[in-house]
Amino acid sequence: MKSGKFDQIRRDSVGLLENWREGRVEIYADLPDSGIRPVMSTLMQSGCRIAAVFAEDRTGPEQRYYLYYVFEHPEDQRYLLARAPVSTANPVFPSLSAELPSLNWHEREIQDWFGLVAEGHPNPRRVALHDNWPDVHPLRKDFSIDTLLPPFEGERHVYRPTLGEGVFQIPVGPVHAGIIEPGHFSFAVAGEPILYLQLRMFYVHKGIEKRFEQLPVNHAVYLAESISGDSSFSHGTAFCQAIEAAAGAEIPGRARRMRTILLELERIHNHTGDIGAIATDVGFVIANAHASRLRELILGLNEELTGSRLLRGMVCAGGVRRDWTRDQILRCLEVLNLFEREFSDLMLLIDASDSTRDRLERTGVLRPDKAADLGIVGVGGRASGVDRDVRRDHPYAAYDSVSFAVPVYEDGDVLRRMQVRVDEVRESLAIIRAVASDLPAGPYRVLLPPVPADACAFSAVEGWRGEIFHWIRMGAGNRLERCKIKDPSFNNWPALVEAVQGNIVPDFPVINKSFNLSYSGTDR
Amino acid sequence: MFKILRKTARTGLVTIGYPRAPALMPESFRGAPRFAFSAWRDARPAAAACPTGAISIRESGDGSHSGGAEGTRQVTVDYGLCIFCGECAEADADGAVRMTREFELAARDRRDLAVTAEYLLDASGTQVELTNLHQADRAADAPPEKLERTVRERIRSVLGRSLAIREVDAGSCNGCEVEIAALTNPVYDLERLGIHFVASPRHADMLLVTGPVTRNMELALAKTYRAAPDPKVVVAVGACGISGGIFGRNYAIVGGVDQVVPVDVYVPGCPPRPHALLYGILLAVGRIAQKGLPQ
Repeated sequence: MKSGKFDQIRRDSVGLLENWREGRVEIYADLPDSGIRPVMSTLMQSGCRIAAVFAEDRTGPEQRYYLYYVFEHPEDQRYLLARAPVSTANPVFPSLSAELPSLNWHEREIQDWFGLVAEGHPNPRRVALHDNWPDVHPLRKDFSIDTLLPPFEGERHVYRPTLGEGVFQIPVGPVHAGIIEPGHFSFAVAGEPILYLQLRMFYVHKGIEKRFEQLPVNHAVYLAESISGDSSFSHGTAFCQAIEAAAGAEIPGRARRMRTILLELERIHNHTGDIGAIATDVGFVIANAHASRLRELILGLNEELTGSRLLRGMVCAGGVRRDWTRDQILRCLEVLNLFEREFSDLMLLIDASDSTRDRLERTGVLRPDKAADLGIVGVGGRASGVDRDVRRDHPYAAYDSVSFAVPVYEDGDVLRRMQVRVDEVRESLAIIRAVASDLPAGPYRVLLPPVPADACAFSAVEGWRGEIFHWIRMGAGNRLERCKIKDPSFNNWPALVEAVQGNIVPDFPVINKSFNLSYSGTDR
Repeated sequence: MFKILRKTARTGLVTIGYPRAPALMPESFRGAPRFAFSAWRDARPAAAACPTGAISIRESGDGSHSGGAEGTRQVTVDYGLCIFCGECAEADADGAVRMTREFELAARDRRDLAVTAEYLLDASGTQVELTNLHQADRAADAPPEKLERTVRERIRSVLGRSLAIREVDAGSCNGCEVEIAALTNPVYDLERLGIHFVASPRHADMLLVTGPVTRNMELALAKTYRAAPDPKVVVAVGACGISGGIFGRNYAIVGGVDQVVPVDVYVPGCPPRPHALLYGILLAVGRIAQKGLPQ
């Protein structure tokens, strides 16, 4: 158990953070009128990382908005959520993006969705609503989800021009060439090397956070599973953990362990797919044939264990929806043994290919200092020296009962991002075996008591891409008043911009694939 | 090189036989729910349990809640909204709803995906008699003109031999993309059927579109459709591509794909498994027959 660093911070920040309250995995504290700035230096100097900032419309019951700044510290298992009120009369909050570039999109999204102004933001242009949208703020309570917006006739987005002799721009998207999600990229290039990449996301914005406010909790689980389809189980689990915390319920040990197994299967199938896709993007197609065949093994296993290849319809608030027989568990271990042998063969092929290594090494480098500044999480972070993993740092499900290594590399190139995945697949296999060998008998689900209105809860999961947060406030009648979702992709897009600089355009696909970010998870 | 060849030889053939051979899938696979309409006594628990509103109820008369007079209940099951979660089968006390392993659900007409049952109710709201069971009313629509029919058949026979598909994500959660990408792996190996994915709509005979269509992708989808040369077919993939699915329609979502471009075939699922996608693609080019809903 790590020492309570936040308790010490509490003693050191009297007058700057007040009214401390304990949640299950988080601590809430209120910022006085002086706001976030005075306490920021204390927190950052003590070694805190700011993980997110998000907003909530409480203009109905409390005549104000709230901002929540989410902090974590390596010496505390809990998260700190510092809450600052924003008045309706003067809907402005101080921007921290100039000093903390990792908050750039977080603050702009709050501007777009809540109509609060991030004062002093170095680049206050719209990000989450496109420029041609009318002046609406969808997450305000007075905005109806069914609002029929008129045809978009506002100004079109203008990329920042990149000038110079022989410099030209390559627009790409939003419909891409592969079987992938939509987004718009603008490359400024001089000859082959990329000078500068600009992104325009939110093409698949679906109003998900607003939609959560319409659904009863048991239906909302399915919406959580559809935030990012390849991370169905991770997002579903993050959501259910939040509901369970708000209800004050503990789920059975068997359910915790079953969730752990499924979370790791999700990691294995996605990592394996990515390893193959990275190989394809440098021309090693046969490696991808094996990798996608192996992924298929795991997808089939998923179906045997949950009825769904993408692990849908399994997690529920209170545990899991179906139990496993002993045969199913044995079958799981048998498939994983086969998978492990085949995975070793696959990696032998890839490791023996000098030309593959040559293309991946020193390609798409994200330097550790940049990764830290930009707040990069997950696989992309760990390949660039960011030693962080929610499973180890803030254990949930059954991760406190297994030991595993968190691979961290410093070089930050495509090769290391692939290597992180390879190492993690092997760790995942060990985790599943350890958990499956120690699966207690007993119930796999508890019925939750009704969740009290106004109960708030925070939940974090290390999805296969990285850190997922859900934060909820319950409303009346088992419905949600607010659900904030943070997918790791939202943190990591700036890493792609940084990593492609100086690389040649033909290497863009492999660099992009080495991050493999979710557009839907970003855009929601 | 030798190692690569040796691994290939040792791996052997992994490609499935479907559609020529039956699809093999685990017992636990959750396909479409099947409804024993004549034995169904109370559709309300299943309807309440459905997260997407795929089971909807319309009642008339006052028999359902108070008084003694009989009422009627119309229950519509729309497989175009269904995400195959199994909540209805769990909630239904009559045992009239069961999950099956059916996946060949793709249909040429959106209306083929919905079925409506009409019941007489007793005083307690129990369904005592099934009075009518029908698919969405198509009688009002004249059958397609003979000329148009011939043209459609001709298109299918032309495209059916070798098909180039452009995949368009118009707003999906990327679950459908996982399964569509799986079609290209050695297990499903789409190319064995002369079907392949292309990088540009200008090279495409078919658009395989996932949804829901967002407001931000509406224009891009319409332009992609226009960029594809005629003749072309459009397949709408997944509950969201068909109807908006769990997301529905809202300020940011237009709805299903057919709100923006004409759709030839609808493939239910969330996401549809690769076999189901294959079935839908082959249906769209007339290489396989439509089977209809689970009976």
